Amino acid sequence: MTATLSRSTFIGLRCKECGHAYPAGARHVCEDVCFGPLEVVYDYDAIRSRVSRATIEAGPISIWRYRDFLPIEGDPIDVGTGFTPLLKANRLAQRLGLKSLYIKNDGVNMPTLSFKDRVVSVALTRARELGFTTVSCASTGNLANSTAAIAAYAGLECCVFIPSDLELGKVLGTLVYNPTLMAVKGNYDQVNRLCSEVANTYGWGFVNINLRPYYSEGSKTLGYEVIEQLGWQLPDHIVAPLASGSLFTKIRKGFDEFIKVGLVEEKPVRFSGAQAEGCSPIAQAFAEGRDFIKPVKPNTIAKSIAIGNPADGPYAIDIARRTGGSIAAVTDAEIIDGIKLLAETEGVFTETAGGTTIAVLKKLVQQGKIDPEETTVAYITGNGLKTTEAIAASIGEPFLIEAQLDSFNAAWKRSQSQQQATSGHVA
Amino acid sequence: MAVQVLIPTPLQKFTNDQASVSVDASSVDALLQALDVCFPGILGRLCDENGKLRRFLNVYVNSEDIRFLDNQTTALTDGDEVSIVPAVAGG
Repeated sequence: MTATLSRSTFIGLRCKECGHAYPAGARHVCEDVCFGPLEVVYDYDAIRSRVSRATIEAGPISIWRYRDFLPIEGDPIDVGTGFTPLLKANRLAQRLGLKSLYIKNDGVNMPTLSFKDRVVSVALTRARELGFTTVSCASTGNLANSTAAIAAYAGLECCVFIPSDLELGKVLGTLVYNPTLMAVKGNYDQVNRLCSEVANTYGWGFVNINLRPYYSEGSKTLGYEVIEQLGWQLPDHIVAPLASGSLFTKIRKGFDEFIKVGLVEEKPVRFSGAQAEGCSPIAQAFAEGRDFIKPVKPNTIAKSIAIGNPADGPYAIDIARRTGGSIAAVTDAEIIDGIKLLAETEGVFTETAGGTTIAVLKKLVQQGKIDPEETTVAYITGNGLKTTEAIAASIGEPFLIEAQLDSFNAAWKRSQSQQQATSGHVA
Repeated sequence: MAVQVLIPTPLQKFTNDQASVSVDASSVDALLQALDVCFPGILGRLCDENGKLRRFLNVYVNSEDIRFLDNQTTALTDGDEVSIVPAVAGG
């Protein structure tokens, strides 16, 4: 194994629970001992000797500038994924009463406008290395878009599974790449269960099942990029959405690795997580002081984060507690307000998961759980154009006018009086 | 009472590579014990030393997660299908 991996910095896999070691194949659970999740193990001395701020800055403008921290052996599939904007959100900060707020905007990630492009770029690179010719996933939408698109680019066969009630934009945004798409009559947890059984028999590379240890490592780049974009510094507080909990734990791992190899100075960072009330098993466990998850049946507009049985939930709770963060849930109405607030103040149109994050950010500030002095980063993980149904009934309508100046003048007057009424109402 | 049990790939080395086995059991707990009688050693993988199912394993009776039923005391009847599925991430 060591011989074949000599060009890379990763050594193999290890159980996150009991530490049992495995070779770097397509497996995701500790099958010899405890069924805990497997994680990639790296040679950090090798990374330290190879990597500096300068070597990273000279790398490609994508996640592959961090390739020594990613579990691949050969050439990556580079579709320009990553290095998305870190926006200084002054107007939103002012509205919420914060001094230093940033938006990490993965709603403009490439190629499919969500953070999933990071994990899929890594998973499909590894899938190809492991000899898979067909790739697959169970998805709440964004992962399906990304897997289908990057499989198309890489020339891999693709069959993806989604719950049948997804937003039209997410279904269309998968079908256009011409994969085989299975719309399953059931929720995401049921889709996942089916896929586990399919993975058992079909010999495909499932990005979130047998390739999960590699896939999930892609999310670490959301930690690296924020450090680099803050001028090689850690923030004080981050807020991110929680679905399976994987993203949250991998941002933490990204921060920890940069500290470990000396790329950034250590300091405490508080981790806060966002869920929708209609699917909040992690927030409920956090509130009740539990370290185990009671699964729930999702019922929320935030479909992309509607996972009722979150695999990494216990780890997410542990990180939030250990770092002095919080995990909170917000209603669907608050999620819509969150989407509108981010759009109106920062020009960023996010999907329901992003609305959840902004609504929780607002709630935690109001509850005094985010200090106005803290440098805070809110992770926006997806694009609003994919979930237009969610807000269609909650935003304004255009003024329909004739192609004549009179008609415009009258409509302009109406618009001004409407605006006055609205701002008067807000004040 | 015969119950059909779907065995995940990592455990099929215990079941002579069978993906599905039939056992007699009237509850999930009894099923775990019955599996170990047929396939010695499998119980130690499924449960911790206190007999509790490992937290990264999901068990479904006729597609319903047993945590929505009566957990390990969930009753089983003739013809039920039980699936054992390791947790996965995603979204």
